[in-house]
Amino acid sequence: MMRHLLDIADLSRADLDGLLDDADGFVDVLARPIPKVPALRGKTVTTAFFEASTRTRLSFERAAKTLSADTMTFAPGTSSLSKGESLKDTVLTLQAMGSDLLVMRHQAVGAAQRAAEWLSIPVVNGGDGAHQHPTQALLDALTIRRRFGSLEGLQIAIVGDIRHSRVARSDLLAFAKLGATVTLVAPSTLLPVSTAGWPVQVSASLDEVLTGLDVVYLLRVQTERGGASVFPSLAEYTARFGMTRERRARLKPGAVVMHPGPMNRGVEIADEVADDPDALVLEQVSMGVAVRMAVLFRLLGGEADA
Amino acid sequence: MPDIVLAGGLVATAEGMMPADVRLNETGILAIGTGLDRGGAVVADCSGCWVGPGLVDPHVHLREPGQEWKEDIESGSRAAAAGGFTAVVAMPNTDPPVDAGHLARFVLERGRQVGLVDVIPVGCVTAGRAGQRLAHLDDLWGAGVRVFSDDGDCVADAGLLRRAMEYLGDLGGVVAQHAEDRGLAGAGQMHEGEISALLGLAGIPAAAEEVVVARDLAIARLTGGRYHLQHASTAGTVALVRAAKAEGLAVTAEVAPHHLAFDHTAVLSTDSAYKMYPPLRGPEDVAALREGLADGTIDMVGTDHAPHAAHEKDVPFEDAPRGVIGLETAVAAVLGAVALGPERLFARMALAPALLAGLSGRGDWLRAGSPATITVVDPEAQWVAEHFASRSANSPWRGRRLKGRARHALLRGRFTLRDGEVQW
Repeated sequence: MMRHLLDIADLSRADLDGLLDDADGFVDVLARPIPKVPALRGKTVTTAFFEASTRTRLSFERAAKTLSADTMTFAPGTSSLSKGESLKDTVLTLQAMGSDLLVMRHQAVGAAQRAAEWLSIPVVNGGDGAHQHPTQALLDALTIRRRFGSLEGLQIAIVGDIRHSRVARSDLLAFAKLGATVTLVAPSTLLPVSTAGWPVQVSASLDEVLTGLDVVYLLRVQTERGGASVFPSLAEYTARFGMTRERRARLKPGAVVMHPGPMNRGVEIADEVADDPDALVLEQVSMGVAVRMAVLFRLLGGEADA
Repeated sequence: MPDIVLAGGLVATAEGMMPADVRLNETGILAIGTGLDRGGAVVADCSGCWVGPGLVDPHVHLREPGQEWKEDIESGSRAAAAGGFTAVVAMPNTDPPVDAGHLARFVLERGRQVGLVDVIPVGCVTAGRAGQRLAHLDDLWGAGVRVFSDDGDCVADAGLLRRAMEYLGDLGGVVAQHAEDRGLAGAGQMHEGEISALLGLAGIPAAAEEVVVARDLAIARLTGGRYHLQHASTAGTVALVRAAKAEGLAVTAEVAPHHLAFDHTAVLSTDSAYKMYPPLRGPEDVAALREGLADGTIDMVGTDHAPHAAHEKDVPFEDAPRGVIGLETAVAAVLGAVALGPERLFARMALAPALLAGLSGRGDWLRAGSPATITVVDPEAQWVAEHFASRSANSPWRGRRLKGRARHALLRGRFTLRDGEVQW
C-alpha cells in the first residue's frame, strides 16, 4: 500500500500498471456530461507550491474537485514564509488545519521527503528540485500507453536538458519499468555527470537516433539560464537538438512528439511540430488530471475497485 | 590534591606500548611502571584501555564569538572533553572573524576560564576572511597564534597565499588551507558523481579540491613555507600529498572522521546530517583516505566539528548549513574506519596535531617528568551516540551503535573526563 508518492523509484511495475489502469477509468469519468464522482467527499487536499507553477497545481486541484474533495491552496508569496516561517512549521500548520493530503512542490531536492517525515498525512511530490516529478511521469506514461496500447518495446528518446530536469529523471524510470527502451539525447553539458546504472542509452546526436523512434520527448530549454555556460547559443541548440519541421518529416509513421510544457516555440520545438496532430502536448495535459485523480484516490480512497 | 594512578592500562611510551601504571599529579607524570606504589593515590581503572598523550583536535568550530546559539567555548569544551580531547584548535570563522590579536586573546581567555581543554585560536590569513589583503599576522602571532586559516573559504588568490606563506615563514607559522576552487565547486551541494546525478543535486567534483592542493603545493615549493591541508577528501589529494612529502616539502594533512566513515551514498537519504564541505566522496576516495591515514601520508585527524542548531538543519538538504559535529564520536569513528592500533591512534590524534598547533610540552609520548595531559581510550567500549555535550546534535552518528570511546582524560594532572563523565 502506497503511503506517499515521492519518487518513481519507489513504485513497482505492478504499482505503475495499477495507477495507469485507475487513470484510464478516470479518463472516462472526465468525459461524462457531469464529470464528478463522490469518491473523496469530505477530504481536503492542500496544494503547497513553493516554486512557481500553474499547470501542475491547477491539474491537482481539478483532479481533487472531480473526486469531490475540498481544496486549499497555499501561496508562498503572500504567506508567513515571507515572515521567515520555516518549511517544517509551514507544512505542520497546513496539516493542523485539517489537510488530509499535501501536494508539494519545492525547489530543494528531497523537500517532499522531508515533509513526508514531518507529517502524518500522505504527501505527493509535485516536483523537488531537479530530482523527481512522479505525476508527470505517470501522465506521460498514460498518454503513451493510450496511443500505443503499451510501452513494451517502444523506442523513446528524451531530448534536452536532462541534467537539470526532474521530468527526465522521473520519466526515464517509468518508461523503462514499463518496458520501453529509453535514449537520452543531449550535449555533455546537459547530461548528468554520470548515468552509470541508469536503464538508458545515451546519444549526443538526435539525427542518429531519430528514424528509429516511436516517441520524441522534448524537454524545455531553460532559456532563463541563457544557455551561456551550457551551450553556445539557442540557435545552435535548435540546429542540433530542436524538433524542426525537417526532423519531424524524418520520423517514422505513427511516431509522436511530446513536451511537458511550457514550450519554447522556435527553440526546442518548431511551431508546425507543436501544432501537428501527432504532437501530444495537450493530450498530456488532459491525462494529467486523470492520473492525479488516480494518485489522490489511491492515497486517500483505497483500492482501485471502489 | 592527591596523586592519581592510572592503573592497569597499556601505556604509550617512547619505547612502545607497555602494560604499566602511571602515577601523576598536577606537577606532571611521576612514574610509569608496573607495581607502582598506589599509596595515598586516587586509582582510576584503565584495564583494557590505551593510555597515551592527550588527544588534540586540530580543527573545530566553537562558534564564539557571534553564533553562540550553535555552540560556545564552554559547551564546545565540554564536547571536547567528553570525546577525550585535551586541546582543540578553534577556527576563526566566527563573527567577527579572528583576524586580529585582541580577538585571539578573547578566545584563549574564554578557553582558560572554562578550563576543560586548551583552546588554541587560529588566526585568519586575510582580513575579515575576505581574501583581499593579509590579516594582522604579527598582531595575531603576538597573541600566541601559530596556525592561520580562512577555513570555510579557500585562500583563492595564489599571490596572496604566496605572500602569507613567505611572511609566516619568517615567524615559523603555518598556513592551513580549505582547498576548494570556487569555479569548480559552484553551487555544489554534494560530491559530483553517480549519486548527485541521480538526485539532481549540483555536484562538487573531486577536482575542485585537487586543483587547489596541486597549486598550493607548488606555492609551498616556491616559498619553502609550512603548509597544512585541512580536511583532505579525495584519492587524488592523498596522492598529491604523498608525492609532496616524498619530495620533502613542509606539508601536513588532516582528514575528518566523517570522510573516513561515510561515502556519498549516505546522501541518498537527503538527510542534512550528511551535508558538509568538502562533501562525502566516493568509496574509492574513502579507501584512499583510510590508507593515507594508516601509512602516515595523512598526519592527523581533525573533526571539523561544526555545530548547527536543530532548526537550522531540519530543512531540505540544499537549504541546510554545511557541517556536522564530531568531537564526541571521533575516537569511535576513526577506530571503526581504520585499524590503527594504539600507537598510530595517539600519533594521529595527539602528537601530530600538537606539533601543528605548537603546543608546548605536548607532542611526545608519555614519560616521567612530562606534563600529565593524558587520554585513556577504551577501544572495546560499546555505546550509542544519543545525547551530546555539544549544544548541537547535528551528527551523522546520532543513533548509531559505536565501538571505542575515551574513558578518562586529564589536563595537566586534573581529570577532565572520568569514567566517561565530564568533570565539570
